[in-house]
Amino acid sequence: MSNKITIMIMVLPAFIIFAAIVIAPIFLSGYYSLLRWDGFGKPEFIGIQNYIRLLTDNSGVFGKSMMNSLILVALSVFIQLPIALILALILSTGIKGESFYRTVFFIPVIISTVVVGQLWMKVYHPSYGLLNTLLNNIGLGSYARAWLGDTKTSLMAAFVPIVWQYIGYHMLLMYSSIKTIPEEIFEAAKIDGASYLKTFFRITIPLIKPIIKVCVIIAIIGSLKVFDLVYILTNGGPVHSSEVPSTLMYNTIFERYMYGSGSAMAIVIILSCLLITLVVQKFFKVDNYTY
Amino acid sequence: MINSKKSKMRNSLSGFRGKKVGKFFINIFLIIFTIIQIFPLIWLVLFSLKSNSEIFGGNIIGLPAKFLWENYRQAFVGGKVGLYFINSFIVTGLTIVFSGILASMASYAIARMKWFFSKTVLMIFLAGMMIPIHAALLPLFIILKNLNILNSPLALIIPYTAFALPIAIFVLTTFLRTIPRELEEAALLDGCNVYQVFFKIILPILKPALATVSILTYIASWNELMFAVTFISKEQYRTLTVGIMSMVGQYSTNWGPIGAGLVIATLPTIVIYIMLSKQVQKSLISGSVKG
Repeated sequence: MSNKITIMIMVLPAFIIFAAIVIAPIFLSGYYSLLRWDGFGKPEFIGIQNYIRLLTDNSGVFGKSMMNSLILVALSVFIQLPIALILALILSTGIKGESFYRTVFFIPVIISTVVVGQLWMKVYHPSYGLLNTLLNNIGLGSYARAWLGDTKTSLMAAFVPIVWQYIGYHMLLMYSSIKTIPEEIFEAAKIDGASYLKTFFRITIPLIKPIIKVCVIIAIIGSLKVFDLVYILTNGGPVHSSEVPSTLMYNTIFERYMYGSGSAMAIVIILSCLLITLVVQKFFKVDNYTY
Repeated sequence: MINSKKSKMRNSLSGFRGKKVGKFFINIFLIIFTIIQIFPLIWLVLFSLKSNSEIFGGNIIGLPAKFLWENYRQAFVGGKVGLYFINSFIVTGLTIVFSGILASMASYAIARMKWFFSKTVLMIFLAGMMIPIHAALLPLFIILKNLNILNSPLALIIPYTAFALPIAIFVLTTFLRTIPRELEEAALLDGCNVYQVFFKIILPILKPALATVSILTYIASWNELMFAVTFISKEQYRTLTVGIMSMVGQYSTNWGPIGAGLVIATLPTIVIYIMLSKQVQKSLISGSVKG
């Protein structure tokens, strides 16, 4: 008996706060998404109309925001992760300055997104920014522009810092995974006369597939729910050109007071994260090696 | 998944050397990448020490003609970065303490005591790692409003603590499973009760894992934006992420104090990272691998 009370005393405080703050709101969001509600008046139950409107809305802003986040998914998976992998492969060979490079590449990861965002605002500044200054100095001044204010470039300009910030994170995950591969395996490859590249493609990469899968999932989920840097750099603008689902959700709720519609977006974001995780888990089959 | 088996690949792969040209290009690649990853941050420090007339007069990239420390005083006092810093310190500090205590208690009961629902409860906690905070934003806003704690430090401490629990419990239970039970059993035989065992034996044993958890919680809370921007509108309670944004608005075209504010906001993170870079990297690795 006293044992049971002890267990409750130990577990309940954490469980109650977790259930109330993390779990319950998901169900509440699900419920709000079925309402037409501005947060002040009386909520009106309208079924799945909010979801239908997200899909069929003529202006297509939500669809566009989803497309934009898929572009970020592609950038993360096909540009960010390969760069991280190459860096990890190089560093893990014990090149001179290995730990210096690893430490430096990782710095942007831990810096606040607000600081990173404000810093990149200055990088992109039309007159005095780092980017345009560099372009002018190397004679490419004709390409200089207001990167964040131009509907043609705002999306990419908002995404570059995101890719930049987290390269070091994936690099570190892959690097530490390579470091767990026993030395004998590489020695055997060396004795067999395998080249650098052959060793990478035939041994290292296959052996770190589990962590690559983790990185793919992290990169995709991170892209689907990205908020901070887009919010700071463009807030989805100009004219929704750099809109992502979470900035749209945020502005729908807190600028336009459409609680129901915004909640429907929140639910779609969560579901797409879960769905993609399941799909990657299912189709990206890997064997776990134990050495 | 990551076992820290020491591998001595440094030696094994050195045999692949000899291709001097390849090595040269690899070094160039690493140096270029180092510049890309770190130069924006160095540039930030540089312009935080310049006056506007110097930046707008053409010295955008170079060293400051005269180090203008006045910018730091201005950001700290006039820009209220000092106030925001203290608020962030309080919120982050209390979040680390609360989530550490709650998670340790729950983890102890889950990993060390026998009860029917222990696996289920652990599963529920771990599922929390997959839930993006977007899902909780609006419901939490409404809950906190009804509890009358919007615009107080609690409006951030409670949600941050709750969202820190899943990863903390994951790290702590995993760690506890690797620790033999003899010590506790001896203490119980000596007549200690469960609480004495928890405080005198388990907490000290958990120290390294708690360090990992604290680093993860620090990074998450110190840098968090979405909750901070939504739940706090009173200036006196603003944390750094939101405070920085309002400071940037205040100084809009005055780059020096803005840069100084960004540096001040980043300083603790960088200091922690320089002192504990290995530990920080390890923490983020263990935080990512959710199996």
